[in-house]
Amino acid sequence: MLALPQSADVLQNAMIDLTVLDLTLAAGLILIAIGLSYRQKIGLTRDLVIGAVRTVVQLVLVGYVLVYIFALDRWYLVVATLLMMLAVAAWTAGGRQDHPTRQLYGILGLAMLLGSGLTLVYVGSLVVRADPWYDPRYLIPLFGMIIGNAMNAASLAAERLAGEMEARRAEVEAYLALGASPARATEDAVRRATRASMIPMVNSLMVVGIVALPGMMTGQIIAGASPLSAVRYQIVVMFMLVAAVTVTGTLVPLWYRDTFFTEAEQLRGTGN
Amino acid sequence: MTRSTSTFQLSHVRQIKAGITALDDLSLEIPPGQITALIGPSGAGKSALLRLLNRLDDPTAGEIRYRGQPIVDIPVRTLRCRVGFVFQNPVAFPGTVRDNLALAASIAEVPADEIDGRITRSARLADVDGELLDRPADRLSGGQLQRVNIARALTTGPETLLMDEPTASLDPETADTIGHTIACLSSQHGLTVVMASHRIAEAKELAGYAVMLDKGAVVEAGPASDLFQSSHPRLRAFLSGVG
Repeated sequence: MLALPQSADVLQNAMIDLTVLDLTLAAGLILIAIGLSYRQKIGLTRDLVIGAVRTVVQLVLVGYVLVYIFALDRWYLVVATLLMMLAVAAWTAGGRQDHPTRQLYGILGLAMLLGSGLTLVYVGSLVVRADPWYDPRYLIPLFGMIIGNAMNAASLAAERLAGEMEARRAEVEAYLALGASPARATEDAVRRATRASMIPMVNSLMVVGIVALPGMMTGQIIAGASPLSAVRYQIVVMFMLVAAVTVTGTLVPLWYRDTFFTEAEQLRGTGN
Repeated sequence: MTRSTSTFQLSHVRQIKAGITALDDLSLEIPPGQITALIGPSGAGKSALLRLLNRLDDPTAGEIRYRGQPIVDIPVRTLRCRVGFVFQNPVAFPGTVRDNLALAASIAEVPADEIDGRITRSARLADVDGELLDRPADRLSGGQLQRVNIARALTTGPETLLMDEPTASLDPETADTIGHTIACLSSQHGLTVVMASHRIAEAKELAGYAVMLDKGAVVEAGPASDLFQSSHPRLRAFLSGVG
């Protein structure tokens, strides 16, 4: 029987630091993509160039900001960073919708705040037990993963609900005309929107570690952590993402639904 | 006609939808216990008017009373249970025909031990074949589904039924049989029916009261026997135009 190697034995090599020359060589990969896009007339050349530049600029800036925040080690700076991440996520999720309104941005932001915030508090205080509680080394990367997934869930849920409401106008009105409440009239649409928002996460749960090694786990392993330790973190990460996605994907359709009706329980857009 | 004897009384109702005037200072009384036909060319405001009567829409201005009471003072779900609506294009809810009718009963909060009886009664009133009750509602023909929609509206126990061109999407033979069902609902069961119709022969045959609308206003209203003989030039032009 093969003995399981001790993690300390596996991890003798420290992480290889990448130099500017290494990054320049890596840029060759994006040049290949840009060249192919241009030659094949895919129509994404400009987006790829802008995206590549943004990637470099944003990540370098974030790197400096994180160094600054880590060094200052102040709880309010950490909280402000998390809130800024939330605001950008709400803005991005809202911008993906066909008819974003101020109310929709508010709904997306609040749903993500609850879904992500509760999950972060749970993981931070009960699972990881960071000390101090606001330790940016844990809170910021964990929240980044949570809010990224919650943003996708919020965006998918809102988009699907809007589509369902458009496609089911006749059905919803038929319910209303019988005396049904808007909640009853839209039960199925809301359920489908929540389901749509959760499908990518459920798919990830099914194939994690088999089809793809998640980014955090990969990063930890490259940084020198034991694969077994990285796996434990990844399990926590997967579970917290499921919680955040489910809460967000449930709240967005429930709250967004109300915006499709008047106070007199009439569908908007039919003369109301 | 006095205020208390009208089923609906509309006073100076104006309805503007997406910047277009659908109803323009419309005043009208709709009598109880019979079929009122709303006739007029496309865009006359027939559907817009019907939708105001169970508050699928609200008017931009003016007042609507139901049995003497302003409809905005009646809780909207109560009003919609008392004033049923049958759409031009019937809608199948998920499940069987029985599920469709049971859902309407549960919306109307019919006591559990009365639901089966209510379903049987409304299916019979709408001439829904008993064999259809356990068929999936989305696999019915247009005529069968429209009957199910009528039965579903009846399951909430309405006093008044609004029908927006209920036979428009059906073949003439099916339309005739549904017309007969509607006539029975009114004559034998005392239901007040307000029906938009573009089939003049159907309106003449079924309606006791008729209203001609044009450009969102009432051209003429009165007992159907009088209205269809009226010499009003706009009415004559419309009737001769549609045959």
